[in-house]
Amino acid sequence: MKLVIFAGPPTCGKTTVIRQVIKRMSARQIKTAFVKIDVLYADDDIIIEKEFGIPVKKIYSGELCPDHCNVVVLDEAVEWAEKAGASYLFVETAGLCLRCSPYVENSLGIVVLEATSGMNLPRKIGPMLTLADISVITKIDLISQAEREVFRYRVLESAKRITVVESNALYGIGIDPIVKQILKTNDVEFPMFLRGNPPVGTCTICVGKKEIGAKNHFGVLRTLEQDLVYVGE
Amino acid sequence: MDVHKITVYGGFGKDDSEEKVKEFSLEVGDIVSIVGPTGCGKTTLINDIELFANQNTPSGRRITINDEPVPEDFIFDPSHHPIALISQHTNFLSDLPVEDFLVIHAKVRGAGEVGSIITETLNFANELTGEPIMRDIAMTELSGGQTRSLLIADAVVIGHSPIILLDEIENAGIHRTKALELLKKYKKIFVFVTHDPCIALMSDFRIVMKNGAMQQLITTRQEEKKVVSKMKQIDDMMLNFRQIIRSGDELTEAVFKENFNVLTF
Repeated sequence: MKLVIFAGPPTCGKTTVIRQVIKRMSARQIKTAFVKIDVLYADDDIIIEKEFGIPVKKIYSGELCPDHCNVVVLDEAVEWAEKAGASYLFVETAGLCLRCSPYVENSLGIVVLEATSGMNLPRKIGPMLTLADISVITKIDLISQAEREVFRYRVLESAKRITVVESNALYGIGIDPIVKQILKTNDVEFPMFLRGNPPVGTCTICVGKKEIGAKNHFGVLRTLEQDLVYVGE
Repeated sequence: MDVHKITVYGGFGKDDSEEKVKEFSLEVGDIVSIVGPTGCGKTTLINDIELFANQNTPSGRRITINDEPVPEDFIFDPSHHPIALISQHTNFLSDLPVEDFLVIHAKVRGAGEVGSIITETLNFANELTGEPIMRDIAMTELSGGQTRSLLIADAVVIGHSPIILLDEIENAGIHRTKALELLKKYKKIFVFVTHDPCIALMSDFRIVMKNGAMQQLITTRQEEKKVVSKMKQIDDMMLNFRQIIRSGDELTEAVFKENFNVLTF
């Protein structure tokens, strides 16, 4: 089983890129399966099932953050895809908090970024970009040449060894180089491990504390003046 | 990459029939226009060029640079990308002041003397636009015409890409014949998608498109060049009229005649 994980901010064009990729994989008679992890709502699984007739699954992370949910369910998802007869599993994650990254060792990590989100985006999103293998830049036809060049430069500045693919995915432009990399992916190995280190902080908000202010929380804390403190055992 | 020649090999039109134009080449200094009714595939052709299509786009066209195909996964250093595209939807999104924005782009492009290159860019843009662009105004405050002018100037001067694709710049409210004359001073390959007869005839040759396919390649001959010099006079006259209206004056019979009588044919 080969695993490809797609991450990227909401509405950046992940699903459009994935559909174009699946189209080309299907044309090569390669069996794929698709898992979508989102927080509250997604219908991409239905769209993809209807369009390609491949096995699909949707997982709502609900109370968990989506990257956390990904870690918890991914081994079962790989087994499910294997049983369904697929040789590639594509996972689309929501990737919201920008502190984690969903990529797994011995898999292919693809971050999808829209060029229209501004030249500073590559500097803002941390491990979701820096730990990815490929950065797909979408909606390139909408921005100036200058911003496009600065965007690409800043992607490479943040992630030096990443492969940058510029794409106008709606028209299937720039998809072939992604497929080429996907076909070179190695088999996933068990036990699977996250590629990056999770955040150092224990998220007290995640465990249900709602009060505002450092004095109400524990773990790694930060003040307005950016001092880092640890409160706890 | 040192680009001196780009060649387009024809593929297929919308009805899968072979394109009548089998191939054409562009060398540094060439200006070509792509003409034809809306929806005939002009933009698809320049997209193919931008992508270095290698029979992997719907048209089946093939593009070579310096007579070599460009590898599919070839990754260009952003400071050496050989193609700049200014399309109809292209826009600036940044809200930085113009000067700061240009400095960032110039640095990414590895431009040498940043200060003088920015002055050159702004001078170029201001030749094309009515109201001059100020250095400290936010990019998002620029008017439509100013934005187009700066997009072109930035791509030509700072971008220094050897191949520049311009999609319908005549819709931008800029001085288009002046733009062409200015562009000719830069040693590049320019491809215009256009509905404008002046731009088409000021090009070295034009590709006529229909139904997704390249139908004809017409070289601009001496006779057409003579015609275009007359058309430029008409164009200048119309621009003059526009200026009169813009500045709040009235376009009277007398003013019209005065302008009309200047025409030398």
